[in-house]
Amino acid sequence: MECWDTLAQYGLRSMGIGERLLPRSDFTLCQQVVLIGSGMIWNIYFGVLALVAGFALATLVAVGKAQANPLIRKPSEWFIFLFRGSPLFIQFFFGYFLFLSLKQTFPIFDPLASAWAGALVVLFLNTSAYTGEIFYGALMSVPKGDQEAASAYGLTGWRRFRRITWPTMLRLAWPAYTNEAIFLFHATVLVFFTGFPAIQQRGDALYYASYFADKTFNPFVPYPILAAYFILLTLVVIGIMGAVNRRLNRHLPQAAGRRPRLLPQIIR
Amino acid sequence: MSFYAAFGTVLLLLAITAPISLAFGFGGAMAARSAIAPLRWFGKLYIALVRGVPDIAFFLFFVIALDQGIEYLRHKIKCPDWDAPVRQGSDFLVCQAAKMPLGNSPQWVHEYYGFALAVVTFAIVFGAFAASVLYGAMKAVPRGQIETAEAYGMTSRQTFWRITVPQMWVYALPGLGNLWMVLIKATPLLFLLGVEDIVYWATELGASKTARFSDYPHPDWKMYYFLGLLVFYLAFTRLSEIVLANITRRLSTGQATAGGEALRKAKAAG
Repeated sequence: MECWDTLAQYGLRSMGIGERLLPRSDFTLCQQVVLIGSGMIWNIYFGVLALVAGFALATLVAVGKAQANPLIRKPSEWFIFLFRGSPLFIQFFFGYFLFLSLKQTFPIFDPLASAWAGALVVLFLNTSAYTGEIFYGALMSVPKGDQEAASAYGLTGWRRFRRITWPTMLRLAWPAYTNEAIFLFHATVLVFFTGFPAIQQRGDALYYASYFADKTFNPFVPYPILAAYFILLTLVVIGIMGAVNRRLNRHLPQAAGRRPRLLPQIIR
Repeated sequence: MSFYAAFGTVLLLLAITAPISLAFGFGGAMAARSAIAPLRWFGKLYIALVRGVPDIAFFLFFVIALDQGIEYLRHKIKCPDWDAPVRQGSDFLVCQAAKMPLGNSPQWVHEYYGFALAVVTFAIVFGAFAASVLYGAMKAVPRGQIETAEAYGMTSRQTFWRITVPQMWVYALPGLGNLWMVLIKATPLLFLLGVEDIVYWATELGASKTARFSDYPHPDWKMYYFLGLLVFYLAFTRLSEIVLANITRRLSTGQATAGGEALRKAKAAG
């Protein structure tokens, strides 16, 4: 019964709803589970939005990198190199201080100096670069026969891309993209450990977990709770991506290997 | 000056961690394909757990957990007649002799101890990644090779050490190369483990200085310091990429893989 009160008090604490003060002493297991779970809202928020927005930009970047025209190819290559070649941790730091100094000259950048927008932008660009590289690799592996068949049917330009190239690219890239999605969700825990401030202690799951670990000096309770939440999240991501994968491959003969060919595993 | 030394810390961490985590990975992969069920479960759990949970959580967890674990063991050995419980509310109390490092040891011992904890933590996490790469690589060795070995009457141990292990590296290389990049990009997380690394010094030195506390007053330069770090990491990963591409080319020569075949054709044509 008591746990329901805790849930009401701290369930939405990470969004600033509910009790203002975090528990200070005599931490119960229930409080830790509820608060860390409340922090997961932020992880899901960052992960889902960055993934959805990143998907669009990644397609553009991948197509851009495959162009012959250097004016389009070079920026895409540099974008991918810049975000894949440097640590996300440093990107967060740099992004935060960049937004801070931009804010002083242009007040328009005000929201970017806070986590909900600024960190999202960094994550969005970062995942676009990683996904762009995956999509580019897949685009290069689209079978030549598919293109020739498309030509034979008289499909050209945008219609060919939309109907033949793009679906095949997605199909080839999907296993690696699933990995990227998992690691993107894992990367969201970095946000509040870089410059971005957790205003009024509205943090993500790891923020609360380390808060409890610091206060109790006992890492053996909060971190396993966090781990359980993330394993659950990972399973959900794998489930959703697997469902999409089945839909993408639904026209292929099911017995002989559902997936075309596994791309080499790309982890971040 | 310490800022430049911190780059050395990062390189040192990489140099020490890479072989250790490779060893961890090798052990993990061997455990995961062991014939003994509990060992196999342990290996698979190890691989799956690190993949399912953010590595940062592991870093934060293991540094405290290892520290407390070591102190607890020493406490049990050195002070057997201590009867108060170790955990009292939010305190972790061990007797003075069990403190690690000892309270009276010099500063450098504390620093090295923190660094060693960081190395072990990195090795545990990246060992799991390496284990999954090596596990896949061991499975990728063509079945025909194993069968031939069996036909020659090799025991399964001999087959493993003489056939599988020498051949698996070419299959493992793309994954390991990728892992090396991930490892480089994970080094700034040292900052979270309390080691005074480049991120620490960038925040320290970059913060605005007034003339009162410093001979070189300047406004907030953190942005430029982090830009410097960004460039450092970009150069480092680019260099690694080039080196890895060279190694891959060399290892693929004469192998019955698509890469080896492409090399052979290029040679024949040129």
